[in-house]
Amino acid sequence: MALVETVPGPTAQHTTLSGEEATAQAERKTRRLRWILLTPALAIICGIGIMPLSIILVYSFMSPGPYAGISWEPTFDAWISLVLERDIFDDTLQLNDAHISILFRSLWLALLTTVLTLIFGFPLAYFIATRPARQRNLWLFMISLPFWSNLLVRTFAMMLFLRDDGYINNVLLLIGLIDKPMILIYTEFAVAVGLVYAFLPLMVMPLYASMEKLDFRLIEAGYDLYANRLQVLRRVIIPLVKPGIVAGCILVFIPAIGSWVTPKLLGGGKGLMVGNLISNQFGTSRDWPLGSAIALFLMLMVMIALIIYVRNSTAARDHG
Amino acid sequence: MTPSKTDSSVDGSVAIEAINITKIFGSGADEVRALDDVSVTIRENEFFTLLGPSGCGKTTLLRLIAGFEHPTAGQILLSGSAIGHLPPFQRPVNTVFQNYALFPHMTVAQNIAFGLEMQGKPRAEIDDTVKQMLLLVRMQALAERQTSQLSGGQQQRVALARALAPRPNVLLLDEPLSALDLKLRKEMQIELKRLQHETGITFIFVTHDQEEALTMSDRVAVMNEGKIRQIGTPREIYDHPGERFVAHFIGETNFVEGELISANGSTGQVRLTSGAEVPASLPAERVAPGRVSLVIRPEHAELTENPDAGVFQGQIDNVVYFGTDTHYYLHLDDGTPFMVRLQNQRDEVSTFARGSRAGVTVKGNAAQVLLD
Repeated sequence: MALVETVPGPTAQHTTLSGEEATAQAERKTRRLRWILLTPALAIICGIGIMPLSIILVYSFMSPGPYAGISWEPTFDAWISLVLERDIFDDTLQLNDAHISILFRSLWLALLTTVLTLIFGFPLAYFIATRPARQRNLWLFMISLPFWSNLLVRTFAMMLFLRDDGYINNVLLLIGLIDKPMILIYTEFAVAVGLVYAFLPLMVMPLYASMEKLDFRLIEAGYDLYANRLQVLRRVIIPLVKPGIVAGCILVFIPAIGSWVTPKLLGGGKGLMVGNLISNQFGTSRDWPLGSAIALFLMLMVMIALIIYVRNSTAARDHG
Repeated sequence: MTPSKTDSSVDGSVAIEAINITKIFGSGADEVRALDDVSVTIRENEFFTLLGPSGCGKTTLLRLIAGFEHPTAGQILLSGSAIGHLPPFQRPVNTVFQNYALFPHMTVAQNIAFGLEMQGKPRAEIDDTVKQMLLLVRMQALAERQTSQLSGGQQQRVALARALAPRPNVLLLDEPLSALDLKLRKEMQIELKRLQHETGITFIFVTHDQEEALTMSDRVAVMNEGKIRQIGTPREIYDHPGERFVAHFIGETNFVEGELISANGSTGQVRLTSGAEVPASLPAERVAPGRVSLVIRPEHAELTENPDAGVFQGQIDNVVYFGTDTHYYLHLDDGTPFMVRLQNQRDEVSTFARGSRAGVTVKGNAAQVLLD
């Protein structure tokens, strides 16, 4: 209060008010300013977050229109056909093997990608974090270089490597390690390679950010207290960079499970992922409600997984 | 009594022996010689201090003993066996780091238990030792706290307990008190002495604070520019500094010039520029008669009321009152600055005023001849 009253200049009118009134007025002003500053963020969240999601939610409970789009007849069909399918002969419901296998493949490939990028990214991030400060930016630049070109272009480049007459097969044939080309492209393996390649920077960046803040004297303290390299890694480094590991895993897992370009180009028919399934519903299959339902289902699964994960890790911290 | 640079005569069992250690960082034009042919022997159960200004190599020597660095040349022996090639986790040596380096993701008790767990001790023994250590550093009540919730002094105690828990042969302390405020630092000095006494572990203490070194150590090695300049008890170092650097670095000192006219064992006679002669202690290494530099500590000199008496005469430039004593800043007749520290008596008022002339006397053979 005293502060407000002694401020000279434009706020001089406050001096005519009683201290309490001045404080209340200042508070109102701050609150108004806070809302004004929040507006752009709120507009973005509503405009590109909540509104489209609401539309998808509504669509998922409607019937497919005759030529794509929807017709406004409420039904649960889309949600039912997510995992079940109606037999065309006896009209009974059965598990939809195609959808289920695609969902499981997506989950499996996303988990594999997360684990592999973590295994490859961890030493890489550690290496960069332990370089002299001046060299680190160069390394980070090189890590992020692929981001400068389009994912589509990069995936086509991957195809050049993985094709039956691609670089890998040609080189292996040339040095005589194999006598006929290996089948690399249009497999789950190809999709995994493509996903790891695409998402490695997303793992390295947050890992690096937390390792850069790591106090390396703690590692020395670990060695000093009889911990060997593996024990220092397990008991000191990993717990301390855990926020980076969590952030990296989330950043890789979520876009990986919903990825579309990579399985489309490298996976062929055997490597379809849920993203391709969704896009098919909005394209050739002309079943927008089913596409909406799958999209929401995917989002729900990811959110549940995240909530369980966050719950567990906070509980572990509170009790540990 | 006799200041010495080398450290050959050590009795009792030896904890750490560094032999002709050289450590060079970088190469080519960036080459830094952090340690230059350093040899030192540290006894078991000794509180040994490496004292020197920053960049003198004291921390490098500590890190070589801990195993974080490896010597470019020379050998380090622990209880007689070479450990230079061992990684830190295979050396029975623990470190208290300058900023404690406590594990932030562990509680106080978990921090203390860490070393014991890594040694593979059984759980019951670990729990016992952790309890003992908490008791030793008086932190029982805070065992389950996160280290981020501790004050600087408490973190210091945990760091000590963590390093002492595995009962190392040697405890290395890298300026452990430098982050504490003055009052806490004094408390921890006493605490460290107590811990060393109770545990019987050899302490090697690194500091740039000469007062810390004098009050805590059994022996002190004064270092500068990668070399050990002098090793001795605090008293030897303070009363009988061997060279100008040591005398200057430790305590306040007056340097005066003179001529050594006779030497007899460890004492000699020096003629000062004023013409007066004073007895003086000589360094262990032989000093040839001729021009020498002398050190006279301010508290070993006194002022006389008769301005023509004493061994020096000069004018008082400044008088500074310090409570327990008063400092008189003079310039002698040959221009040398000289400081005298007199203890204050409650009932006496000093008659030596700024601007007046006074004579200076030197107690006994308090003058020490330097090597350089």
